[in-house]
Order: sequence, then C-alpha cells, then structure tokens
Amino acid sequence: MLDILSRYNVLLAFGLTLLLAFLSAIGALIIGTIVAILRLSPARILQTIGAAFVTIFINTPLTLLMVASILGFTYILGIRLGANTTDNAFWWAVVMLSLYHAAFVCEALRSGVNTIPAGQAEAARSIGLTFGQSLREVILPQAFRGAIAPLGSTLIALIKNTTVAAIIGVAEAAGLMATIIENETGGLGVFFIFAVGFVILTLPLGVWFTELSRKLAVKR
Amino acid sequence: MKKILAVVAAAALATSLTACASGGSGASAGGEKIKVGIKFDQPGLGLKQGDKYTGLDVDVATYIAGKLGKTPAQIEWVQTQSAQREDMISSGQVKFIVATYSITDARKAKVSFAGPYLIAGQDLLVRADDTSITGPETLAGKKLCSVAGSTSAQKIKDKYPAVDLQNMSTYSECVAALVSKGVDALTTDDSILSGYASQDQYKGKVKVVGKPFTQERYGVGLKKGDTAFCTQVTDALKAMVSDGSWQKAVDANLGPAGYKPQTGNPPAPDACA
Repeated sequence: MLDILSRYNVLLAFGLTLLLAFLSAIGALIIGTIVAILRLSPARILQTIGAAFVTIFINTPLTLLMVASILGFTYILGIRLGANTTDNAFWWAVVMLSLYHAAFVCEALRSGVNTIPAGQAEAARSIGLTFGQSLREVILPQAFRGAIAPLGSTLIALIKNTTVAAIIGVAEAAGLMATIIENETGGLGVFFIFAVGFVILTLPLGVWFTELSRKLAVKR
Repeated sequence: MKKILAVVAAAALATSLTACASGGSGASAGGEKIKVGIKFDQPGLGLKQGDKYTGLDVDVATYIAGKLGKTPAQIEWVQTQSAQREDMISSGQVKFIVATYSITDARKAKVSFAGPYLIAGQDLLVRADDTSITGPETLAGKKLCSVAGSTSAQKIKDKYPAVDLQNMSTYSECVAALVSKGVDALTTDDSILSGYASQDQYKGKVKVVGKPFTQERYGVGLKKGDTAFCTQVTDALKAMVSDGSWQKAVDANLGPAGYKPQTGNPPAPDACA
C-alpha cells in the first residue's frame, strides 16, 4: 500500500479534486442564489424559469450531464472551454458540477427562507422596501443563516460528486484510482487510500458546518 | 433544434451503451453449471445482446468449457469488469475469465494465467476516409480518444506526450465521438478496435490503421496456483488452434473489419507454473 503512495502522485490527484470542488462550489453558490431569487420573485415568468431550472437539473443524472458536455456540447455543438482537451474537459466538469449543485443550493436557500416568519416580508413591504431591498436587507441574510446545514450537505455531496468528472477524463482522485487499479490490480488497499482521502476532505467539513449552523442560527 | 436533438441522442446513446445488466443466465440443462467471466460490452470479443452472447472471448470460453465436458447450455456467463477481475477469481465467483485479460506481472501476483490465446497490440481506429493518420507518429495536432486509466491511454501519453488525448469512460463513447468527428482517432488494442469496426452500425465508417505498436498477451485468468486446471485449459487452447477452431473464431468475430492478428499469432501458450 505504501509503495502505491510513493509511485503515484495521490496528493496531486486530490489537489485537482479540491480545485474542482472549490470552483464548482463558488459557481453553484452564485447560480443557486440567482435561481432562488427567481423562484422568490413576484413575477410569474421568473418563478417558472427558476422552477424549470431546478426541475431539470435535480432530475438529470450527473453522469449524463458530464457525458453530454463532451459528446454533445463539445463535439456536436462545438462549444470549447479550453484550448486542449484536458482544459476543455476540466472546465466543462466545473460548469456541469456548478449547474447540477446550483439546483440543490437553490432548494436549500428556499428552505432557509421558509424559516423566516411571513410577517417579516410583509413588514418589509409595509415600510416601503422594494422587492430587491427586502431581499437584500431582510430575507437573504436570514435565509443563508437558516440554510447553513443543508448548504453544508450540498457541499459535501459536491466534493464526492467530483469523482464523476473521471468519466470525461479529468485526472482527479477517481481518475488516478482507475489508473492504479489497471496497473496494480484492484485491492482493498487501493480503495482504502481513496476512501480515507475523501473522509479527510469531508468529515471536518461536516463537523464545521454543524457547528456553524448552531452558531449562526437566527434566535427567535 | 436538430442539433439539440442530436446532443440528447448522443448522450442517451452513450450512456445506454455503458449500462449493462449484471449477472448471467443460461438455459436450464442437466449437470453442474460452470461460471465463466467475460465482458458484456465489448463487440467482437464479449458482447451480451438480450440473452445471446457473442465474440471471440465467448467462443474461446465455450471451447474450453467443451473440453472440460460442459455443453454451452451449462455455461453461466458472468460479467467481469476490469477492476473486479482478480477479486472475482480469488473469491470463486467465476471458475475462469476470458475477458481481454492481458497477462502482466502485477496480475500474476494475484491470479494464474493459461495462454496467451491471442497477442493483440495497441492500434488506432480512424474514420474510413481519413488517410492522414497512418500510425502514432502522425498524431501531432490530432485529437485522440481512449479510456481513462487504461493501459492504452497511459502508453500513448508516455510515448507521445504531445498527443491531445481525451479520456472517456468507455470505448463506445469514443467511437461515437469519432463518427461525429469530435475526435480524429481512438486508441486501444487492435482486437477491440476491430470488434467495433465489425459492428453493423460502424461498418464502412471507420477503419483500423493496422500497425500495432505494442504487444498485449490475452490470457485465461484462473485461480492462483491451480496448476492442474491451468494445464487442462492450456491443452484446450492448443487443441483449439490445431483443429482450426481458433482461426475460424477469429475470422468470424473480428474478420469483417479485415482484422489480421499480428505476427506471433496463434501464440504458443506458456507453460503452467
């Protein structure tokens, strides 16, 4: 098992996993917040667009999105996100991970919104705040604090879901694992190394988010 | 709209090809059944279509089972994916494996091999009208596809680092990308490539370059140290070559694409250690 660690750059692979997770998490947070705002907006058409986005991406397997990004978007529609295939696959993986998890971020935020008593939005309106102002000053700050726990679960799911990027050739942890199994044969040791790697990444995050959700909960 | 439909179709096609049912089946017959591991998704070598199994690996396995006194109905086909092959042998889930299984030292540490029954070599699959690619040295500026983590993907990157390589999860996806002109070539063993080129839907659209540049020795994987069984299988393989069944099986399964095994075929099986 130790000789595998010395001959293959496991840390570099997990580094790519982290980079993929970091960029996708930022993307998912931004897109997810925008979609949540669409769903909360008073305009019917915007609500429909937001609901359609969530329905499509929450119900499409991530594997399908990944394969479609290369076989469909890159090869048939010719949309390239990088000069060579390695960069192209990496950035498509970031895009697909962001879109897919944005749907979950949106739903997490809406659950946060539901923790806010309806009277607050009504009060915000009655003192003359516009929709944007009440969102910015009253609703969203509390929604984020109420949604910390589900957002944390989404982030942990995102880190683990980066392994799906291996199927379009992104050389992150799962991609390296496939190489090691091909050369050294599969064994408990190989799986153990990568399982431990992911536990190291996700376990502290879980503890931290639980702590954070307790600390930031809005006391009512 | 047409393009969007094409995108959806390509994605659905590729994923449906990767999805495979697990477990095996076989007609009921008297006598004890023998469990044989093959690939279910490798046209020309081991392919499951409904409850029919076809390919060179299937024919070789059927021949070996025949020499062991088993009728084809007594064979229970089990899907053995690359990562699981060693464990499925050592845990006794299959008696032997014929599944494009290259003999390597790392694998010999965990399982024993009878054979080789075929010496394949890494080659290139290109579109039928493409004359610019004649070998790995002509790949500069071309887009190449292979399977993530596979030996072929690693070798081409070591030997020709400048190649623009897209890795996918299955060769089926690579062939789809090749036909839709997303990539210019696909690389893996010539036997696997010929299997795809022999498929009805790709006939005339793709061709194998025919200049193998490595040697992959396909063996029959079996329980480590079972010398008696290994000898039985080796004898069966020798008989298969000498009575002409081997050539017939190669021609029937990989011949439609004009496949000619590279020099050294049919190989003389190694002695069982």
